[in-house]
Amino acid sequence: MTRPRLATVWLGGCSGCHMSLLDTDEWLFELAAAADLVYSPIVDVKEFPHDVDVCLVEGAVANEDNLEFARLVRERSAIVVSFGDCAVSGNVTAMRNPLGDPEGILRRVYVDAPDRDAQVPHAPGIVPLLLAQVRPLHQVIDVDAFVPGCPAPAGRIREAIEALLAGRRPPTTGESIRFG
Amino acid sequence: MAERVPTVPITIDGVEMEATAGETVLQCARRHGVDIPSLCFLEGLSPVGGCRLCVVEVAEDLRLRPACATTVTSDMEVTTQSSRLRSYRRSILELLFAEGNHVCAVCVSNGACELQDVAVRCGMDHVRYELQAPRRRVDASHPRYVFDPNRCILCTRCVRVCDEIEGAHVWDVAHRGHGAELVTDLHRPWGESTSCTWCGKCVASCPTGALSHQGSSVGEMRHTPDMIAWLVAARRREWTEREARR
Amino acid sequence: MAAPIDLHEVAEREREEQFRTPLRVHVCHSTSCATAGSGAVLQAARDLAEGDLASSVAVSPTGCMGLCSAGPLLRVVERGGGQHDYHHVTGAAAERIVRHHADRGAAVPEHRLDTALPFFARQHRVVLANAGEIDPDRIESYVAHGGYAALERALTSMTPEDVLDQVRRSRLRGRGGAGYPTANKWALLAAAPGPVKYVVANGDEGDPGAYMDRTIMEDDPHRVLEGIALAAYATGARHAYIYVRAEYPRAVERLDRAIKVARRNRLLGRRILDTDVDLDIEIRIGAGAFVCGEETALLASIEGRRGTPRLRPPYPTERGLFGAPTMINNVETLANIAPIVANGGDWFASIGTPGSTGTKVFALAGDLVNTGLIEVPMGTTLRDIVEDIGGGMTEGHTFKAAQTGGPSGGCIPARYLDTPVDYDSLRALGSIMGSGGLIVMDDRTRMPDVARFFMEFSKDESCGACAPCRAGTVQMHHLLTTISSGRGRRRDLRDLEHLCAVVRDTSLCGLGQTAPNPVLSTLQYFRDEYEALIAPAEGGHG
Repeated sequence: MTRPRLATVWLGGCSGCHMSLLDTDEWLFELAAAADLVYSPIVDVKEFPHDVDVCLVEGAVANEDNLEFARLVRERSAIVVSFGDCAVSGNVTAMRNPLGDPEGILRRVYVDAPDRDAQVPHAPGIVPLLLAQVRPLHQVIDVDAFVPGCPAPAGRIREAIEALLAGRRPPTTGESIRFG
Repeated sequence: MAERVPTVPITIDGVEMEATAGETVLQCARRHGVDIPSLCFLEGLSPVGGCRLCVVEVAEDLRLRPACATTVTSDMEVTTQSSRLRSYRRSILELLFAEGNHVCAVCVSNGACELQDVAVRCGMDHVRYELQAPRRRVDASHPRYVFDPNRCILCTRCVRVCDEIEGAHVWDVAHRGHGAELVTDLHRPWGESTSCTWCGKCVASCPTGALSHQGSSVGEMRHTPDMIAWLVAARRREWTEREARR
Repeated sequence: MAAPIDLHEVAEREREEQFRTPLRVHVCHSTSCATAGSGAVLQAARDLAEGDLASSVAVSPTGCMGLCSAGPLLRVVERGGGQHDYHHVTGAAAERIVRHHADRGAAVPEHRLDTALPFFARQHRVVLANAGEIDPDRIESYVAHGGYAALERALTSMTPEDVLDQVRRSRLRGRGGAGYPTANKWALLAAAPGPVKYVVANGDEGDPGAYMDRTIMEDDPHRVLEGIALAAYATGARHAYIYVRAEYPRAVERLDRAIKVARRNRLLGRRILDTDVDLDIEIRIGAGAFVCGEETALLASIEGRRGTPRLRPPYPTERGLFGAPTMINNVETLANIAPIVANGGDWFASIGTPGSTGTKVFALAGDLVNTGLIEVPMGTTLRDIVEDIGGGMTEGHTFKAAQTGGPSGGCIPARYLDTPVDYDSLRALGSIMGSGGLIVMDDRTRMPDVARFFMEFSKDESCGACAPCRAGTVQMHHLLTTISSGRGRRRDLRDLEHLCAVVRDTSLCGLGQTAPNPVLSTLQYFRDEYEALIAPAEGGHG
């Protein structure tokens, strides 16, 4: 039997959920034995591969690259999991939403605040444009399971991945779904 | 010797129990350890039935009834858990999360929040609805307390406790529908309020991180809503008079 | 204390006055016609009556004649009883018409309105019997048409139970929308312990496009007062309120004047018509929130508090205004009371259907040839209203749906055109009678847009006291906007239907409980239109 192909993706988030994944400590050895990690910020693969069985997506959809990448992930993965509060609810990444127009926010950060070299970064094709509103992952692609938490605690991540690799859904009740 | 309180038989989720005459379905259920989620209800304050989380099915009644405001009647048959009720409660919670800016990760009440707890109990693993992302200004003008309307669910516990228990009526609701918001005095900053007594009962009663103590950081705020029921009992002199009779 | 009015004498004098001139000219000066320019028509007619035609013409402003889409309307009444109606009248046309009648004793062909038209012939006027006939500002005019005779009879020769019994026999149901039997409400208040109880007239009409209650209050204010007085007598209340929205300044003004005049004539106040009965009526002006039509919110508003509904029970007949037993009746309901007491409950029950007696006033609007205010017997079919009274759809278009009950109601498709309009038939179709808004839509209408329009209304009018209505209407409106724009996905339709159930079943008051109705009924009858708008799945996101 072929080993399940696992991927993890980092969109608009702080990478804390990936840190938390690393906090599963020695269980990572068991994971490495049970599945192939075919794409992740912590492995050196440049392109998101085809035929992924399970993909954990950290972060909200905040810019055009995130949006495009989320759609690619959906196309190439059998199961997509919203991994952590940013992916599940927008969370801290989405706290700019009430402020409205991203232009104003960029000006505030890059023009008003700095002491020198004030300019809004503009490099088409290199610096992705911000979306008008930050969206949770399931608002832009279909999502099969949700693992909330900020960050999702290590135990909860382990529990979810073990379930998914065994062909089950991660728990949808009890403390496993607590936000924050 | 304890006075005999009249009781009526009722059935909750198929279990027969004795309800105290005059109590509500919610009170009876909780006394018997039956969990009905609720947010706007607070023991000691008048019920308003606004959050609608505690709606239950009553046999031979087509309408759902808010358990917090439905008085028990003899032989009443109540269902507190059904797939319909569970899906409705979850939807109402999602609606509440979608209409404010509830970011648990950076909230003073993270880990000790009634809204967060109820969401866990009702199985809300994500919010299906469009996040409304309203722009609401925090009022930190009071020397001792902070009001963050982004975390407010308009349960009106603060309005009622201030009016009914403290008697100051600092808080009220202004505007309507999706524009409804809490205001202090006549929509003046809380710090400039001439009616606020600084008693802190509004803060104690708040089920979320909307009202907190100045200086609280993420996860540090602990509300004490149960004190309101104690206070009401004390005001009625329930303990002292019992002592006197002894 | 002044002597009470002698109704018989006033009526006689007024009738004599009506026969003083060979011609009487009635100018519809109701809000629609006034907007269309009836002021100039009235002035032109008055100039003649005060000038060289003084001996042959008398002029009177009147209430709504019904065919609002053809206003300003003018009616010439001959001493012999002949009656000629004119439409789209201007000041100059009025002068020509009146002069022609006075000089030649004959009608003018242009602007002539055929009153044999089904629009007029198919109507049955009970509530609006005086509209177009009396001058709303003159109590004498109301009295000459039988006004206050029912009250006099009730106070002098009937017990409160007798009055209640006639209402019971009439089987009148509340005209505000829900159709609760009026006599049952009255009986609850009558049985409630006194001495302080209240009768409240609900004139907080708020459905978009509806103006039945406004017209009644503006055009026949004394009829409303008489209805309230009879209700108060039957139930033992000595104080009543009329709750009118501030957007109806003419209604407020006319009711206010009518109350003063009625008081002066001892038809209100202490010892009405020298009997032992006291009643005072006060007007309360609402700020225009739709939810204040809900009775508990209305009572809160009268008390000077925030107009939000509260939990029932206790019902207002147990604990209402200022904690006292209170009965709230819709203005149109109350406008039916004087005719019921005057002619007997059995007479009333003979009109309409067994389950829905009497008539119903509708504000007929939409893509029809004739629109305006109509009154028909309950049980008249939708087809009769649309095709006969409404004159059918405008040129080149076909009927698609009729919307009844405003934001709480539903849309009825063409295959149910033969449904009799009564409380139970409309409910069976997923709509409601409502207060009387009736919007007829042709084949150009997109039903998801109709649902979105009403949802926008409900969203903005939700009071915000309960979570499902406050936040649910926002989300339903968002989903309808997404679907209407063609960007909707299958999942959005599913979420929309689920939210309809949540908001309907869990909201605190009638506003929220009925807000999903326009969506549910359009989904029931025009689902294909929603389906056609669903975008094909994109990026695996269906």
